[in-house]
Amino acid sequence: MSDTAIEFVNVVKRYGSALAVDGISFSIAKGELVTFLGPSGCGKTTSLRLIAGLELPSEGQVLIGGRDVSRDPASDRNVGMVFQSYALFPHMNVLDNVSYGPVIRGGDKAAAQAKAREILEQVGLSGLQDRLPSELSGGQQQRVAVARAIVQQPEVLLFDEPLSNVDAKLRRKVRAEIRDLQRRFGLTAVYVTHDQEEALAVSDRIIVMQAGKIAQIGTPQDLYDRPATPFVADFIGDANLIAGTVQNGTFHAGDLGLALAGPDGAATVSIRPERIGLRRDGSAKVISATYLGSRTEYVVQTGAGEMLVSRPIWEDAIDAGAAVTIEIRPTDLTRVK
Amino acid sequence: MLLAGMAVLPWYRQDGFFSGASALMQGLGGKTWLLPGVLIAMALLALSFQQGWRKGPAAMALVIAGMVTLVAQGFAIQLNGPIWEGLGTLFPAALAGQSGLGWGGFVSGLAFLGLLSELIAARGFCRGERFASGSVVIIVALLALFVFFPILKLGSAAFIGPDGFAAAQFVERLTATELWRLNCFQGTGRCGVVINTVVLGVLAALFSTLLGLALAMLVARTNFRLKKVLRAISILPIITPPFVVGVAIIVLFGRTGIFTQLGADIFDVRPTRWVYGLPGILMAQVLAFAPVTFLVLLGTLEAINPTLEEASSTLGAKPMKTFRKVTWPLLRPGLAAAFLLAFIESLADFGNPLVLGGGYEVLSTKIFFAVVGARYDLGNAATLAMILLALTLVAFWLQMRWLGNKSYVTVTGKSDAGLAAPVPQIIKIAAIALIIPWVAFTIGVYLIVVGGGFVTDIGRLDLSPTFRHIVTAFSFEIGSEGLRLYGSAWDSMITTLWVSGIAAPLTTVIGILTAWLVARQDFAGKRAFEFGTMLSFAIPGTVVGVSYVAAFNVPPVDITGTMAILVICFMFRNMPVGMRAGMAALSQIDRSMEEASQTMGAGGLATLRNVVLPLIKPAIFTALVYSFVTAMTAVSAVIFLVSARHNMATAYIMGRVENGEYALAIAYSAVLMIVMILCVVLIQVLVGRRNLGRRKELQGAAVAPAE
Repeated sequence: MSDTAIEFVNVVKRYGSALAVDGISFSIAKGELVTFLGPSGCGKTTSLRLIAGLELPSEGQVLIGGRDVSRDPASDRNVGMVFQSYALFPHMNVLDNVSYGPVIRGGDKAAAQAKAREILEQVGLSGLQDRLPSELSGGQQQRVAVARAIVQQPEVLLFDEPLSNVDAKLRRKVRAEIRDLQRRFGLTAVYVTHDQEEALAVSDRIIVMQAGKIAQIGTPQDLYDRPATPFVADFIGDANLIAGTVQNGTFHAGDLGLALAGPDGAATVSIRPERIGLRRDGSAKVISATYLGSRTEYVVQTGAGEMLVSRPIWEDAIDAGAAVTIEIRPTDLTRVK
Repeated sequence: MLLAGMAVLPWYRQDGFFSGASALMQGLGGKTWLLPGVLIAMALLALSFQQGWRKGPAAMALVIAGMVTLVAQGFAIQLNGPIWEGLGTLFPAALAGQSGLGWGGFVSGLAFLGLLSELIAARGFCRGERFASGSVVIIVALLALFVFFPILKLGSAAFIGPDGFAAAQFVERLTATELWRLNCFQGTGRCGVVINTVVLGVLAALFSTLLGLALAMLVARTNFRLKKVLRAISILPIITPPFVVGVAIIVLFGRTGIFTQLGADIFDVRPTRWVYGLPGILMAQVLAFAPVTFLVLLGTLEAINPTLEEASSTLGAKPMKTFRKVTWPLLRPGLAAAFLLAFIESLADFGNPLVLGGGYEVLSTKIFFAVVGARYDLGNAATLAMILLALTLVAFWLQMRWLGNKSYVTVTGKSDAGLAAPVPQIIKIAAIALIIPWVAFTIGVYLIVVGGGFVTDIGRLDLSPTFRHIVTAFSFEIGSEGLRLYGSAWDSMITTLWVSGIAAPLTTVIGILTAWLVARQDFAGKRAFEFGTMLSFAIPGTVVGVSYVAAFNVPPVDITGTMAILVICFMFRNMPVGMRAGMAALSQIDRSMEEASQTMGAGGLATLRNVVLPLIKPAIFTALVYSFVTAMTAVSAVIFLVSARHNMATAYIMGRVENGEYALAIAYSAVLMIVMILCVVLIQVLVGRRNLGRRKELQGAAVAPAE
């Protein structure tokens, strides 16, 4: 038995002449929760659907559990999926919804229902099995959808933006529930979202996608601290992207000079706003200061261009128009180009 | 592998039963041309024991070869021998000819198609969904056999005479002055048939669009009190056999008609036959098509966002100006659509011109007379049918283009605040003035239909009540031998119920299935598939009738004179209705529900049955009712296909009308309408509307296309 649950080998998906997925390869280990993250139209949902079998690749191979399933329809794969709209069957009650899979796969009805009841209990919905989906709250519907997806112990559990219909306040709780469930059942899960905070919070690893290609794969911390491209730096969190040149181990941009290893030549570096310190007096100037409750954000005009700076509120507030000096530790720089 | 084995086994066992003896036995017994097909089947069976055979090229090659062989042997050797001399030397027994395909032939054809779909599904067609792939392949094959093959055959009949290729004859027929002369415009006699058809079509479309517009305005934009009545009246023509209106018009305005007699008595107007010809047909068609245009225009009017009109009035436009500058331009695409729809219907109409035509000949009746009776001339009928088809397709194409590019859909996802502006007073008055005669006329016509059957002779104003006609048609006796039906109409009535009863569910199945494929599946050639299904709707019934006569009178598919041909004809004529109802309903349903079902292990068929069908029940109901009612009231295609054994009610009534037995015809029509209403109620009970109340939004969606 290999430890790889899912593998993509040079997968391409074309719709007519449009390329939705442009030759991606990656593998996901058993028990891992991996997130596809990217802006809309980057191919993340298509990639998820390729795993599910709801789309078949135009080129390349999709392997699940080491088996080539590239030409198998969804019904021949053992995957569970939680849809953005939950896709609960409105004409069936909760129990019928959850036992649908086991019954369809040829199971005995009583056994299927017993299994469904058990799962419903696990997700905390035991009392609601006779209700119709329309009689449930949004959060309950979501849990039914999850229960329905895991009742058959799928090889892979797929989530397509499962939180987009959940109240903003509830999201933190629900995503913790999802993560907990995934760990408890030891499921391999693939999660799609365009919300970078959500991705950072739930994932073991994140696959950042851009225009049908993979921009970077890594743990949440990797991606935040060591973005590989300007796109990744900008998409995950806020980033100041500074263009300059590297010469003899020093990065130059305007009046900025910071130690940076790597080959000489034109370079772009990324620095997170909270990694920049501010000191009164100096050649830089605060253009705007915005109080955001948990922090204060400044836009500062420096010799190397405008920069976004985020400071904790316990530091002294600086008014717009004030002259300041920015402080950057060289270790906080990431070369992205 | 197990699945594949099962797909092969039942097919192989039944392969090639040619009315008793199998292809194998026939082949060994001298008909050697059947052997290659059998060999291919055996090779396939052998191949299927290999691992992964579905993805290999060998299986695909064999299946294609098998299908080619099947089609070739079917067409190459006709009833009385092979079509080429050379075949005769190769297969001596072929000289004796062969009859039509039996069950074995159909089953093997089906098996080959099934295998083909299996193989292309394994190559990723329809996202690897075997059921969807199979449905596509089978529907395409059915369309090819029952829509395109007859039309092609008809086309070839226009070119090929009994002595071979006859292009000169075709040109001669095509350019006959009988078709194109313009004498009527110069006041020197009658015009050609084509000119007649187009003139009638344009006038009927114009008047019915105007009437439809007036009705739509009153219903959508005024507080006119009789709105509900108008809506109800406008539904009536859907359940009315098309020629009944024609008969009623004769009874009212014919030479011995009620109004003609009154006119003669009171005003001393000499009774004439003025109603026969253009005026009569026009009246009947406008009456019949106005509800259609009404529904199209009502939809357009209701889709206009009222805030646009409000914006216009806040900018200082008076109501009349707003109507002219805003409402009217937005209505124009709808008007064009309604006009073209009515035009197409007029071209296809057969019943009214036949009853009321007199000397005014149109293409559809001309085609009929070219085929029936002593003047059997399929070549001429085919030529005429080609012209009619061309006219219809041009109109159809225009409609597609206009609807494609010019419809200003002003409905957005956002809710429209604001109330629709009432139409200006002048327009309202004009509209009322226009519809009053229509309403009076409709009521008159239906009074005749309801009452006419129960008086001695409505045609000669003998109004003494009687049950004579009903007795003639429907007398029965329950005696010692059980129920005995004496009435002359029973045979056709029972056939009609059978045919409609069989055709309606089949039509619904194929229509809804097609809708699901088009709306939910992705496969190569989907656009062409969709266009092909719509095309089968555009072909006028008369053309379908003639083409079926041309195609299915001879082997390999020899089904003329059977009940099957009637059922098949209705299936493909009415399939687009089920399709549209299904598509509208499906567009209201989140497709991720089906995807959820698939990820839980349900294949296409299980998903369709467990998830899709329960959710689109109203559309199924609509499709069932519509296909049933249309099958019961259709004349145009059917009249070519009925036989002495399988006569249809409409054809029977038609015969009575031709004999001048109006009372009997009317009585039967009234009974037919009552039976239809009863059947609709019955279908309603059977399909069940229990679940419908729960999801209001679905219900609304599905009802719309039925109208």
